[in-house]
Amino acid sequence: MINFTSTQARTYSRLGQRGAIFGLALPELAQENPNIVALSADLASLSGMDRYKSMFPDRFYNIGIAEQNMVGIAAGLSSEGFVPTVTTYATFISLRSCEQIRHFLGYMKMNVVVVGSGAGLVQSYSGSTHYAIEDMAVMRSIPNMVVLSPADAGSAVMAFESALKCKEPVYIRLTGGLNCPIVYKEPFDYQIGKSNVIIEGTDVVIYATGVMVSHAIKAVSLLQTSSISVKVVDMHTIKPIDRMEIEADLDCKLMVSLEEHNVIGGLGGAVSEVLSDYANSPVLLKLGVHDAFGTVGDYEYLLSQNRLLPDQIAEDIKNKYEQLYKI
Amino acid sequence: MKDIVQIEEMAMSMRRKALEMAFDCGKNGSHLGGGLSAIEIFASLYGGVLNVDPKCPDNPLRDRMVVSKGHCVLAYYTALWQAGFLSENDLKAFETNGSPFHGHATRNLSYGIDFSGGSLGQGLSFAVGVALSCKKRSFSSRIYTLVGDGECDEGIVWESLMAAGNFCLDNFIVIIDCNGLQYDGFTNEVMKMSPLSEKLSSFGFSVKEIDGHDCKSLLAALKTKTEGQPMAVIAHTVKGKGVSFMENRKEWHHSILTENQYKQAQSEQS
Repeated sequence: MINFTSTQARTYSRLGQRGAIFGLALPELAQENPNIVALSADLASLSGMDRYKSMFPDRFYNIGIAEQNMVGIAAGLSSEGFVPTVTTYATFISLRSCEQIRHFLGYMKMNVVVVGSGAGLVQSYSGSTHYAIEDMAVMRSIPNMVVLSPADAGSAVMAFESALKCKEPVYIRLTGGLNCPIVYKEPFDYQIGKSNVIIEGTDVVIYATGVMVSHAIKAVSLLQTSSISVKVVDMHTIKPIDRMEIEADLDCKLMVSLEEHNVIGGLGGAVSEVLSDYANSPVLLKLGVHDAFGTVGDYEYLLSQNRLLPDQIAEDIKNKYEQLYKI
Repeated sequence: MKDIVQIEEMAMSMRRKALEMAFDCGKNGSHLGGGLSAIEIFASLYGGVLNVDPKCPDNPLRDRMVVSKGHCVLAYYTALWQAGFLSENDLKAFETNGSPFHGHATRNLSYGIDFSGGSLGQGLSFAVGVALSCKKRSFSSRIYTLVGDGECDEGIVWESLMAAGNFCLDNFIVIIDCNGLQYDGFTNEVMKMSPLSEKLSSFGFSVKEIDGHDCKSLLAALKTKTEGQPMAVIAHTVKGKGVSFMENRKEWHHSILTENQYKQAQSEQS
């Protein structure tokens, strides 16, 4: 059991979501559960697994640059009672080994924790082959899969620990880089499927996921000069989506989904699927990557190209709100 | 374990029953070609090789059978019937609505089925994970996987073979049902796999090449133990084996049996 403290939150943040999970949490959790095994597709050092490898050399498998086989082998290990976690970049694990995840995890219900790192746009100059903007849409549409997208490095550790104990196969999407902004400074109750309200508000509700939660928080502080009251919800679970939270917000004036992912099929898709069950539900403004492989640049540049920086988010929300309510 | 005569008799009963199942499922049709090519392979495995017991189907010390060419259910289900895992009634449910016995076997340990087939190439990858697990737990179990020769076109097959060699899995045995045909025609014309034996050797396998309809050769090959390296058994077979009008004809990969054809097919079994 990970004992989360505010000091640890800072340590996790420095390492980023991936480093916190594989460098710190995995060795600790592996000590408690002898059935945990970890597999990498030739990205072990980059994933921060060196410490785990030296502590548990018999519980680490490098499968080489063969993501499909990594998922299949992990499924075989799971069928014999081991608790495997597999990891590589989000784009490769969710797309190259998509059918293996469908077959072994979704269909055969093998409990493997799949961790896709560098999701969204953080891979900057590596270009679009390395960005993951479709992973949530793809993983979410596979029956039996649980899809998690933690807001900061501390909650990524909580997500990972919960996933290892979860009875269903889990895909965890990691966003952001090193020095990942801290959303949760104190210990908190992490439950798969139960979103967290970060800021209370009444007019606008922002459902944010991944490191976009910290951008939502900054956007709200920029909106303080306006008269709009904004609520921020950390939607750390994309599937099963927290239907109760969305239903509780139905009387707000504007909903916003905010994700570092294509606006098709991810968090925005999941929220709108709930809204489509209701007459007169609020308008949903979907902020994210607008279905395009854009130009290449640094992370900040890419976020700005997709209008995902806090000031752009605040501006777009304000404009939409004013357009709807003729202020 | 059965003796060779009993295993040959078992193969005969399986082929007759397979034809009956294929006829009974009527217009749904079934995978006759690749099922009939694998009859002796399954009879040898379940009659004289695999350490499995229907009274204790989830025994962790059992051998594992991963059927990657998932469409060969006519041979697989009839072998499980002969081995006591499935009843005559279970076979009657083949390809009926809601039945667990459809065109590709689905993992269910109580039926003796370790793996869900249907998407080609996946079984070997899963089997590498199972073989690693058994090594870690110091089980003496042997992990057998059956693949088709056409199936070997899939990239994940070679990723898995590479890993089995890399991890020196001497509890890992792959059987290739080498019937020379795939859906669109002869494997040599669709996608050349030869020289298969050399390919497998170069991946670190001990390779045996045998007549896949000769139970004696199958038993000898499948029981062989290797040290520090996995084993591959290339079983040369005939697609549609045992029915003159089906043998070596791609049209019988998945097809429907008319009553006359069924009668003729059964009359050829002696």
